[in-house]
Amino acid sequence: MALLEVKNLKVDFDTQDGVVHAVRDLSYTLEKGKTLAIVGESGSGKTQGAFALMGLLPKNGRATGSVMFDGKEILNLPLRQINEYRAARIGIIFQDPMTSLNPYLRISRQMTEVLERHKGMSHSAALAESVRFLDAVRIPDAKNRVHMYPHEFSGGMRQRVMIAMSLLCGPELLIADEPTTALDVTVQAEIIDLLVDLQEDFGASIILITHDLGIVAGTCEDTLVMFDGKVMEYRKTEDLFANPEHPYTQGLLSAVPRLDKKVERLSTVSYEFMSQRGEA
Amino acid sequence: MSEKDVILEVRNLSVHFDIPAGGLFGGHKVLKAVKDVSFDLHAGETLGIVGESGCGKSTLSRAIIRLIQASGGESKWMGKDILKMSPKELVGLRKDIQMIFQDPLASLNPRMTAGAIIAEPLLIHYPNVNKAERTARVAEMMQKVGLSPSMINKYPHEFSGGQCQRIGIARALITKPKLIVCDEAVSALDVSVQAQVINLLMDLQKEFGVSLLFIAHDIAVVRHIAQRIMVLYFGEVVEIGDSEQVVMAPRHDYTKKLIASVPVPDPKEEMKRREERRRLRREAAAAAA
Repeated sequence: MALLEVKNLKVDFDTQDGVVHAVRDLSYTLEKGKTLAIVGESGSGKTQGAFALMGLLPKNGRATGSVMFDGKEILNLPLRQINEYRAARIGIIFQDPMTSLNPYLRISRQMTEVLERHKGMSHSAALAESVRFLDAVRIPDAKNRVHMYPHEFSGGMRQRVMIAMSLLCGPELLIADEPTTALDVTVQAEIIDLLVDLQEDFGASIILITHDLGIVAGTCEDTLVMFDGKVMEYRKTEDLFANPEHPYTQGLLSAVPRLDKKVERLSTVSYEFMSQRGEA
Repeated sequence: MSEKDVILEVRNLSVHFDIPAGGLFGGHKVLKAVKDVSFDLHAGETLGIVGESGCGKSTLSRAIIRLIQASGGESKWMGKDILKMSPKELVGLRKDIQMIFQDPLASLNPRMTAGAIIAEPLLIHYPNVNKAERTARVAEMMQKVGLSPSMINKYPHEFSGGQCQRIGIARALITKPKLIVCDEAVSALDVSVQAQVINLLMDLQKEFGVSLLFIAHDIAVVRHIAQRIMVLYFGEVVEIGDSEQVVMAPRHDYTKKLIASVPVPDPKEEMKRREERRRLRREAAAAAA
C-alpha cells in the first residue's frame, strides 16, 4: 500500500476579487521510502498543494479531494486529529528558517518541546536526543550550540536545525518546501546532499517542492511538474529529463542556462500548449 | 571606439565599514568588505561578477560608480578617477553609467507611471528635449524592451515582475549609457521570465554596444551572458578570466567548489557531481585536520 495517495486535490481561496483556484487537480502516489519532486514556478500551486494535506491552509482556503496517508483519510481533519500526524508522522521543512523558527526561544527549547509533546520524553532525554539529531545534520559542536538562539546561526546552519527538528520524531513523510531557495549555491549543495544521506539513514519518504529542476535531477525518483494548479507531467525523473513530453517541461528545461552545455541563445517557454488544449 | 578600448580601470579598490565592536564604549571594528580589487572593463564587453551573499559584490559595484564611498584605490572612467570627481562631473557621469537593480518592483517608485519612470533620467540629463520628443523616445524604448507603449500610463503594481524589470531596463537605456551595472538583475525572476530578460539584455547590448557589469550569484547565468568572469570571495578577487576557462578549468579551490555546487538538470551528471562534492568535502576536512 502506498504511504501517501493524493487524489483530485483542489485548493480554492476566497478573496475580495472572487475565488482563486490555486490547485485545480492534483493526484499522485508516494511509496514508502521514495522521493517525489514537485516542480513549478511561482503561483503554480506547488506549495498550497502540500500545505493543504497538512491542514496548513489560511482561513480563506478550502481543500477538496482525497488525501490518504497510510490508509487513512487526513484531508480536512479537525485540528486535534491532524496534530497527531504533524511532526510525529509528517515532518515539514519550510523555505525560510528564520521566520519559521521562534526567535524568542533557544533551539533546545524548540526541539525538546516536540519530543516531550509527541513522545512523552523527559526533558533530559529529549535534550540528549536533540543533540544527537543536530550531530546528524552535521552541526559542529552541537552539544553547546543547542542552547543558542536562532539568530546566532547562519542561514545554512538554521536550515540544518530545521531539518533536524523535522526528523526528531522519525516521521514517515518529510515535506521540504523550497528548503534551499534562500541559501547560497555551495550551502544549497551541502543541504541537498545532507537530505540524500539522511534519507538513506532514516528511510523517510520525501516530497521536495522546488522551482529548480537542477536540484531535482540527482535527488528524486519521481518528478511532477505543475503549472497553473494542474499537473503537466508526472513521471520517473530519469525519463522526464531524458525525454520531456510536455511542451511546458521542455520549455522549462531549455530556459535555464546550464553549466554542462553552452547555448548561444536561451529558448523561452511557450504557453501555446494552453490554447491548443483549450485550457487558456 | 574599438572593442579593445578600456573604458573602466579599477585599481586596488577597497571598501571598509566601521561596525560597532560591542559594548556601550566598545568603539569600532573595521569590516573589510572589498579588498584591493583591480580589473579592466572594455567597451562593449560584459564582465560577470560572481560570489555568494556577503562576498562584497554589490558593495564593489556601488563603490566603483561612487554610490558608496570607497576607502582607497582608483576607479577610472575614460581615464578620469570617479572617486575624485566634483559633484558636477558626477552628474555628467550618471548619464553614461546606469544601473539595474535586483527587486524589480521595489526599485520603481510606486507613485509614478511607467512612462514617468522611464522618462525621468531624460528629464534630468537632457532638459532641452521637449515633451513631445520625450514621449516619443519613451514609447520607442518601451517597444524595444518588449512593452506595449499603450501601457505608458500604468503604475508599477499593474505590471508583472518581468515587466517591471523591463521598465528598469528601459529607464537605464534611455540616456544611451556606455555602461550598465546590473546588480542581480534577473535573480528574482522565475526561470521562464529570466530567460526572456537575459535574451533581451543580450539583444540590447548588441544593438547599443553598451558594456555590462553583470553581478549575480548564479554562475550558470553569468557564464551565459558574460565574456569574462570575476570570482569574489570574502571581498577578494580569487579568479578572473574568460568565462569558458573559469567554468571549465577553474583554478582556485573556491571556484571549484562553487562550480561543483551548481545543480545540473541531468540525473546522471548530477550523481557524478555529488561524488565530486563529497570528494572535495573530504579533502577540505582532511586539510583542516
